[in-house]
Amino acid sequence: MTVADERLAGTGVARRLLIRPELGAVVGALVVFAFFAGQSEVFRSVEGVANWLDPASTLGIMAVAIALLMIGGEFDLSAGVLTGTVGLVTVILATRYDLPVWAAMLAALAVALLVGFLNGLVVVRTGLPSFIVTLATFLMLQGVNLGVTKALTGTVQVGGLRRAEGYEEVRAVLAGTIPVGGTEFRVAILWWLAVTALGTWVLTRTRAGNWIFAVGGDERAARAVGVPAERTKIALFVTTAAAAWLVGSIMALRFTSVQAGSGVGQEFVYIIAAVIGGCLLTGGYGSAIGAAVGAVIFGMADKGIVFAGWDADWFTFFLGAMLLLATLANRFVRRYAEEVKR
Amino acid sequence: MTGDESVAGREAVTEGGTDAPPLLEVRDVGKTFGGVIALRDVSMRVRAGEVSCVLGDNGAGKSTLIKILSGVHAPDSGSYLVDGAPAAFASPRDALDKGIATVYQDLAMIPLMSVWRNFFLGSEPVLGRGPLRRFDVAGAKRTVREELRSMGIDIRDVDQPVGTLSGGERQSVAIARAVHFGARVLILDEPTSALGVKQAGVVLRYIAQARDRGLGVVFITHNPHHAHPIGDRFLLLNRGASLGEYAKADITPEELTSLMAGGAELEQLAHELSRNGPPAGPGTPPPP
Repeated sequence: MTVADERLAGTGVARRLLIRPELGAVVGALVVFAFFAGQSEVFRSVEGVANWLDPASTLGIMAVAIALLMIGGEFDLSAGVLTGTVGLVTVILATRYDLPVWAAMLAALAVALLVGFLNGLVVVRTGLPSFIVTLATFLMLQGVNLGVTKALTGTVQVGGLRRAEGYEEVRAVLAGTIPVGGTEFRVAILWWLAVTALGTWVLTRTRAGNWIFAVGGDERAARAVGVPAERTKIALFVTTAAAAWLVGSIMALRFTSVQAGSGVGQEFVYIIAAVIGGCLLTGGYGSAIGAAVGAVIFGMADKGIVFAGWDADWFTFFLGAMLLLATLANRFVRRYAEEVKR
Repeated sequence: MTGDESVAGREAVTEGGTDAPPLLEVRDVGKTFGGVIALRDVSMRVRAGEVSCVLGDNGAGKSTLIKILSGVHAPDSGSYLVDGAPAAFASPRDALDKGIATVYQDLAMIPLMSVWRNFFLGSEPVLGRGPLRRFDVAGAKRTVREELRSMGIDIRDVDQPVGTLSGGERQSVAIARAVHFGARVLILDEPTSALGVKQAGVVLRYIAQARDRGLGVVFITHNPHHAHPIGDRFLLLNRGASLGEYAKADITPEELTSLMAGGAELEQLAHELSRNGPPAGPGTPPPP
């Protein structure tokens, strides 16, 4: 090895740790856990952990996909409402058209992937900001969800998935529970861990991951060295849609009925979790693990406020404060990473 | 620049191969954009182990010439030869496949990505197959370390984001990248223009390294003080036309500067800027 450079001056390890995008989220998660664990005994019990990991898991699956997309320099505001669309398509096809649940889910997957593909195609072909393109998709899907549901059922919800063919089998895989030490944990937690592991592997250990960082960091420079920027971005939108399908299916199977307005408003929560997890709004930086930890913070706050006996209305205040702190921390890290020595 | 000493005694390296056709040659190339003649009747040759400098003020046609050389534009007239055979490039990728690599001043690197990720961006080495095909991270880091060290580039840590490198280091890494990926001709677009004196010296040293490895280098600059110490030939451009191609022996730095700026114009400027009479002391009111 080369001799240690005098300019390193022993700050190497600290700097390398600080520069990790998930550091802020991990510290935040520890603080939030300590805070609520001190307030409530239930919160720190095994049952409590199973309880707050539940909202963290479904949010986390989406947050990881959104994090990848944001690292690639794009947004998807239609991801939340798409989980509703997936649930509606699945339940309607399984209950009104007597399809087996797995077939209804496959049809919903095709719909979701098509929406994701179109989002990506419009963004890369028109060069419009994805914020606008997916906002349009969001509004259109919201209208379709309501309009179709009302036209078919006369109400704003569809239900009865429990009676559909093959429900129990699929439910066990996606929406069941598994006992760990006498406590029932949601199986969705395993899906969330799997998605996080896969996202991390793709980001840090594959060519595609290198391209994702590159198209988000500087698309022109990436194209100049031969990165297929359009393909990478479209794939990211399709990935987000696939995650929305997984989460929409889990929700539909769990509740057996879906509201027409389901998923609306969630799109910002995904983005918030990704940003708390270290993603930059400007792209090119972030991590899948960070987004998953951001989702844990969200889950802990969501349930912790209830366990601590507070008014749940305070939840959004808490979320806003976390977001502000995380963004400030991220800006600091970015300046540190980008500072140019002359 | 005190580069003259470092260049002296190096002539032996460039010997041989003078009978071989130049790596790259343009003959009387021209390019017009609408009604604007950006370049006309410009000729230059690039030989292995030589540095060909292209000098000119802003608007002299340097960028148009690079874009022709790097395959971005096809020339409207004249011919482009690679290894003595006519070549027609449809894109920069074609030029790259022939070993002609261009390092642009601003398009070189992605600041938030680490040195090793940037180095292999677009040409990542992989291990395994099918769904297990993965980026050979350990191999990539090792190669970058070795490649930078063999070029004598002193980078503290290949894991650090490129944004933390100085401008000169960034250019150096970009040059090392082009060399690693088999470039035979290296086109450098103003690599020293945004740099301080010391940093520019660092970059010039790596240009010399690339040359000593037998690459042909096209060095575009508007700074004759950077060009003269390292250049073997000098192509001077002014308002889209060639002012001639000179070998190093035929031209002094002063002549280079004066030619570049259009000698008469510079003298005129010197005259305008000179003070009339002795400088006014402090407190003395200026003459009416």
